Amino acid sequence: MDDIALRAEGVSKVFGQSRVLDDVSFELRRGEVLCLAGENGCGKSTLIKILNGVYTPEAGATFSFGNADSVSRITPHDARALGIHVIWQDLALFPHLSVAESIVFDDYVASPWRPLSRRAARREAREVIERLGVPLDPDTRVEDLSIARRQLVAICRVLRAGARIVFMDEPTASLTRNEVQTLLEITRSLSAQGISIVFVSHRLSEVLAVCQRVTVLRNGALVGTYSTEGMTQTRLSQLMTGHELALTPREPDGAGEPVLELRNLSRAGEFENVSLTLHRGEILGLTGLLGAGRTELAHVLFGMTRPTGGELLKNGKPLTLRSNRDAIRHGIAYVSEDRLNLGLVQNQSIIMNTAVTVLNELEKPRGFLSPRRLLALTTEWIQRLGTKVNDAELAVSSLSGGNQQRIVLAKWLATRPDVLILDCPTVGVDVGAKAGIFDIIRTLADQGMSIILISDEASEIWMNSDRVVVLKAGRISRELTPTTTTEASLEEIINA
Amino acid sequence: MSAVSALRRTFRPGAESLEIGIMALLLVVSFAFFALMAPGFLSAVNVRSMAVQLPELGLLSLAMLVPIISGGLNLAVTFTANIAGLTTAWLVQNALGDAGVIGIIAGIGAGLAVGSAAGLLIGVIVARVGAHPILVSLGAMIFLQGLGEFLTRGGGISGMPAGFQWLGSGSLIGIPVPMLIFLLSAGGLAYFMQFTRTGFSIHMIGSNLRATEYSGIDVRRVLIVLYTLSGLLAAIAGMVMLARFNSVRVGHGESYLLITVLACFLAGANPFGGFGRVLPLVLGLMSLQVIASGMNLMGASQHLATAVWGAFLIVVMTLRMPFLKRS
Repeated sequence: MDDIALRAEGVSKVFGQSRVLDDVSFELRRGEVLCLAGENGCGKSTLIKILNGVYTPEAGATFSFGNADSVSRITPHDARALGIHVIWQDLALFPHLSVAESIVFDDYVASPWRPLSRRAARREAREVIERLGVPLDPDTRVEDLSIARRQLVAICRVLRAGARIVFMDEPTASLTRNEVQTLLEITRSLSAQGISIVFVSHRLSEVLAVCQRVTVLRNGALVGTYSTEGMTQTRLSQLMTGHELALTPREPDGAGEPVLELRNLSRAGEFENVSLTLHRGEILGLTGLLGAGRTELAHVLFGMTRPTGGELLKNGKPLTLRSNRDAIRHGIAYVSEDRLNLGLVQNQSIIMNTAVTVLNELEKPRGFLSPRRLLALTTEWIQRLGTKVNDAELAVSSLSGGNQQRIVLAKWLATRPDVLILDCPTVGVDVGAKAGIFDIIRTLADQGMSIILISDEASEIWMNSDRVVVLKAGRISRELTPTTTTEASLEEIINA
Repeated sequence: MSAVSALRRTFRPGAESLEIGIMALLLVVSFAFFALMAPGFLSAVNVRSMAVQLPELGLLSLAMLVPIISGGLNLAVTFTANIAGLTTAWLVQNALGDAGVIGIIAGIGAGLAVGSAAGLLIGVIVARVGAHPILVSLGAMIFLQGLGEFLTRGGGISGMPAGFQWLGSGSLIGIPVPMLIFLLSAGGLAYFMQFTRTGFSIHMIGSNLRATEYSGIDVRRVLIVLYTLSGLLAAIAGMVMLARFNSVRVGHGESYLLITVLACFLAGANPFGGFGRVLPLVLGLMSLQVIASGMNLMGASQHLATAVWGAFLIVVMTLRMPFLKRS
């Protein structure tokens, strides 16, 4: 029988009228990697905060730590004493500190009057860095590091503070594939050192790769804890959402006429000699590792950057794009992978974000932008895409990831494009909402829209594309059809 | 509840009505206080003098509000007003002196054109070079100051024809002309910001320029238009100042510069861009004028009134914070 590092029973939490956790039990073994899975709002974060001492649970909960004693709540002080640490998604590091200072930071919090010795800090930090075996320079400032490296700093920091139980909140969300592999390796080595890890991620393939067991929550209640042995992504998403998702590749219904043709399109230093034809009503999957030139290609097709060679044809006629306004005028729309910074103006209202692409149509007569017409447009698209909106005057940042992505789709669909480029359209969107987004995308293609779907998630490319083009180091390396390929072999080709 | 029924609610006690409410309350309270405490506050002379003094600062604040909403700043507003005033004064006195009303109108046109050109210059540099508006407009401010002092050799131009002075001291339907000019400009700007494509885009740019550009908005054109508009509003302020003092000099109204920024922030404009409304600004400016005039009548120094303005901004900001956090 494994040692138990942490066992919690009968954990409930009520906020106002709503019961966000209902009688949940949770068990973490010593040295295991456990996944805590569930859709947004299922209670994961609340549970983590209770186990970390941030929230007090309702009466009736018991917590024990591998010995006979049990307590009715974990205080922040207990959490520290027990070595429970959380690495939040935003990492909570100070950008101006050096790596060494960040790693030994907790010492200074514990004894604020102790004089700061840079030499000692560097030496102690180096010990931890070596113990973890990661490529970090103690003297670099945190702000000069990539997100992946910052994460390593955060891990060193909790290790240094004597962590025995570490919660990792969406650690892979902004990492490239190689960086994810490194992180998973480190996670395994921590667990080999006897540290218990709770891993929270939306990417099910990672969960299955690194975790021994998975605890699934749905709507604040425990669904169950399962071994990842023999577990599939499909089964796991069914457990998380509570319903079956369509998991077969799309049946292409014969290619229509060519809409967009790329002939030897190149942009120096980004991609070379890309030749492609996009047909009416087709979903063309464009995949490859981050840095393979996918987004760079999309930027050229949307007129954000100029090609340095080759030709672009739209409906058989040569097309030169001087700006993205030209692209929009020619019926090309682009949903950016960076919804936070490029896809939406987060602080402004849902109405303004929906209407921004079609202001010239809404301004009638010239010089009068009718608020009623803006609202009518927004309402129409909210209904058509089934977006959950309480008040369209509120900032678009008040919406969940899935609903924000529907607003992005709405603003582009309002321009009535015939070519829609979707760059990682499900980043930061949870499992249930992903299916909803793809329902919309498939329907659009059925109605005759031509779609380029860019993604590095093999499963969503495989399920939703009629044809898949794999980019590697800026060139097309493979072209294949999902109906004659398995998801696993597509995944292999992408990573090869 | 369906999304649609929620959308149909027309009244919403949101951030914008909150700002208007705060500024209206401030105006009513300060007005009532000085009406009771300051002797002669309600006299026709005082009311008229307030209505004549307010428009200079008011027009300059409008010229500041537009770049602030776009996430920038135009530090050159006061010197733009000076240069515009100098242009008009020189032309009316020298080249157009004999042309009468037509000469005055042409002189004003030229002054407004020069002011707009100063704004256009800032806008083009901000849009093309991508430098921060604070740097660009700071450069423009020092440039205009030096240029004006060089051309006038540090002196001023005085003595405008009576027809021009009417702009500063006349009345139309019982309202002082400067007030009328200010209210018309404020109304026009409010419409522009609320109901035109460019006004819409200025708000979007203020919150996130790159995302606005990705949405297909010609952000360079919007930046150029908004700084030109700021220059035009500053030039209108320059005309009013010239008409009221019957003279113009480089550096005139220089102390207004940071007060215009204060007025915008007092009225709830977001220092980081994206938000700010004309109506609360107009109400806030009126409160500032009421405080200055009321304290003057009570015998306090003008400098003390300035100190009170600063304290006001801090108090209003402090009171506003809990509302902002909630929404």
